[in-house]
Amino acid sequence: MTRLARSLTALAALIMVGGFFLPLWQIRLLAPQYPEGLGLLIHVNTVRGMTENDLRNINSLNHYIGMKVIDPEAIPVLNIMPWVLGALVVGALIVALAGRRKLLVAWLGAYATAAMLGLFEFWRWERDYGRNLDMEHAIIKVPGMSYEPPVIGAKQLLNFTAISLPAMGTALLGVAFVLVALALVHSLRAARAARRGALPTAGATNDFTGNAATSRLEPAGTR
Amino acid sequence: MASNISHKLALGVGAAVAASAALYACTATGSKSTNLVTGDAASAVYVPPGSHDEYYAFLSGGYSGQVAVYALPSGRVIKQIPVFSQFPENGYGYDENTKAMLQTSYGFVPWDDSHHPELSQTDGVPDGRWLFINGNNTPRVARIDLSLFETTEILELPNAAGGHASPFTTPDTKYIVSATRFSVPVPNTDVAIDTYKKNFKGVLSFITADKPGKMDVAFQILMPGYNYDLAHAGKGPSDGWFFFTTYNTEQAYEKLELNASKNDKDVIAAVDYRRAEACVAEGKARTVPAKYMHNYKDESTHVAASERKTSVKMLDPRDCEGVVYLLPTPKSPHGVDIDPSGEYIVASGKLATVIPVHSFSKMKKAIADKAYDGDVDGIPILKYTATIAGEVQKPGLGPLHTEFDGKGNAYTSMFISSEIVKWKLGTWEVVDRMPVYYSVGHLMIPGGDSKKPWGKYLVSLNKITKDRFLPTGPELAQSAQLIDISGDKMKMLLDFPTIGEPHYAQAIPASVLKDQQVKFYKLSENKNPGVVKAESEGGITRQGKRVDIKMAAIRSHFAPDNIEGVQVGDTVYFHVTNIEQDWDIVHGFAVLGANNAELILAPGATRTLKWVPQAPGVFPFYCTDFCSALHQEMQGYVRVSPAGSNTPLMANVSKKAQAQMSQQ
Repeated sequence: MTRLARSLTALAALIMVGGFFLPLWQIRLLAPQYPEGLGLLIHVNTVRGMTENDLRNINSLNHYIGMKVIDPEAIPVLNIMPWVLGALVVGALIVALAGRRKLLVAWLGAYATAAMLGLFEFWRWERDYGRNLDMEHAIIKVPGMSYEPPVIGAKQLLNFTAISLPAMGTALLGVAFVLVALALVHSLRAARAARRGALPTAGATNDFTGNAATSRLEPAGTR
Repeated sequence: MASNISHKLALGVGAAVAASAALYACTATGSKSTNLVTGDAASAVYVPPGSHDEYYAFLSGGYSGQVAVYALPSGRVIKQIPVFSQFPENGYGYDENTKAMLQTSYGFVPWDDSHHPELSQTDGVPDGRWLFINGNNTPRVARIDLSLFETTEILELPNAAGGHASPFTTPDTKYIVSATRFSVPVPNTDVAIDTYKKNFKGVLSFITADKPGKMDVAFQILMPGYNYDLAHAGKGPSDGWFFFTTYNTEQAYEKLELNASKNDKDVIAAVDYRRAEACVAEGKARTVPAKYMHNYKDESTHVAASERKTSVKMLDPRDCEGVVYLLPTPKSPHGVDIDPSGEYIVASGKLATVIPVHSFSKMKKAIADKAYDGDVDGIPILKYTATIAGEVQKPGLGPLHTEFDGKGNAYTSMFISSEIVKWKLGTWEVVDRMPVYYSVGHLMIPGGDSKKPWGKYLVSLNKITKDRFLPTGPELAQSAQLIDISGDKMKMLLDFPTIGEPHYAQAIPASVLKDQQVKFYKLSENKNPGVVKAESEGGITRQGKRVDIKMAAIRSHFAPDNIEGVQVGDTVYFHVTNIEQDWDIVHGFAVLGANNAELILAPGATRTLKWVPQAPGVFPFYCTDFCSALHQEMQGYVRVSPAGSNTPLMANVSKKAQAQMSQQ
């Protein structure tokens, strides 16, 4: 890995720390009676309302359709996700320190897997809440109606329009992923350049400059 | 036949007015003949659906005892705030929480005659913290919290009868005042009415006003037995002074209509209240026994409590030289209004042919020069010529009140000639007139009695309505009119009906108030002894013949909703908490045969309704505010058994609450 690639990976680790504090996803609920809207913010470790009482008020409305009470304490994956994110952050730091490209690739693979699993889990969670209704106690029963919001995009749920979008935390995690991907690209290009360059390899370069990194830092295309 | 003729005449006059109005519109707007004055005025007061008005206006309810809130320029009523009168619409004055607000030394007085709203001020400018208003009949002043639009405090005033010159504020809201309209024996005792001159006195009360829950009479000033009518504080150079109009300096006690209208001049009492404070601090005021009540509603418990007061500090001007001076003023003056600069003291003599304007700086000089014209009970009378700055000649008939636009103009209401007259401060010349329908009392410009008027609109508060709206039998709504005063000429914009009789009014830009509004009470801060914060906390308890039922209201049910074990002879207290924490999700509570009222419960509020069942049976209770789609299902039953029966106490909770409890 080039020094730039390692720096980028370390920076990515730093940026990902934001994922602990900022919401990853947001679901806004708009209805004629709620011009100001209600909203849920999904964090790595909890679910909360956009304003102080939104979660309480959403739960209160959900009792009409027999939906389970949204209780962050009762969602096990919220206990696991912070550890996964933590592992990715630490992993990125290890990759940056070790400077091994194979580790970098492995990290990207782990990240992508975690992201896919996270989205799948979110979809499964929404599906569970939206479809697994207590029909015995549901007050409003609309045949064939289910209430899961989309993972991304908008959907009409009775009088509410549910709009689900990634939030700031996910944006940061995305930036981190892109940075690490760039780090990989840069490392690969640098390696290719090194292979294709002067026959006397690294050793000769070192003889002239005393700093092997100088040439490695320059992208192949600039030569 | 006669009515037919008058009808035609009225039509003719109407046509003439319309024609001249159209003419006016043409000249005012140039060549656009399509831009009729009516269309113009309509767009000036049109607030599109979903949009907000520019001003909150607070109009007193007069004999309704309340305050009504209007939005300007549309003239739409947006709220009635119960103050001195019981209000079955939401249970104010009926429920156990607010009954104490209407306690007086005369017992429970569930009505009054509210006259003068007054916004609290900072540096002489309305600040939107509180609105004060007086009860004229049983002298009281009330504080309305303008983040809640709710009455939170009422103080009764001792030694007074008719709290009319009230509750005008100092520029810093340190004090509001209340002066007696009817002089009475002080202390009130059994004397012959014809001993008026000897035994009857007036009192001016200075009330501490800047600390919620701590309203109190700082001191009273014992005055000659006149009728004290209106008041205003000085500001700027006249800061520290308070001015009160008087009539009946004749000291008549019968047929006042005639006997109190004999003197060419009555007086304005100018009070140096910092001097009064100093004299009180020096111990020159006597502490006299007095009975009055102070009622305060604690916002954390949602419960009002009454405190009985037993004495008051009474300052006799003879013991405090220089505290009061009398300014002779023609004739039976009503309003006394201080211009924004604080220099001019405008008096409106109901029966005067001019509007006299005193100068504060001349008054100070007259005091320094001792330009006296005798005294009353040791209070110096200043020479009229020594204090007068000018007189507005031929202003109209029956001047009552004056407000200011902050641009050097004054506007005076003329009751008898039924018009608003605009005149210039300093030159005293009349520059414009606007007829109003009919017989204006007070007028109001937002901030028009303060240091910085928002001089765009004027509201004329009229005493007679007659044909202004569709007729509604012999009793009619009162009428207010909105006038545009932003240009050189006044422009009539709108008629709107009012609730009760609006005496005075106050208004403030919407931007000052709208962002400070409380949307719901926080349940976590609710300290009511009967509160339930979750459905599972509802229940029933008995102590002797008293039964307490704690109940939660939430869309769309009560918890508990089935109650048994109540017996005839019990007194039942329903403590109902609206446990919603969302804006405008209001519930009601009403029970069959309740002899008092229903409850309307703001989100997060707890209120208590007393209910005394008369006979065995099953009695439904239900929500009176259409709260949700299943509002009609929001109901329950109380079973009442005969006295001495052994029906066990039972209060269920909803299935949802039971589920909650089983989870715990």
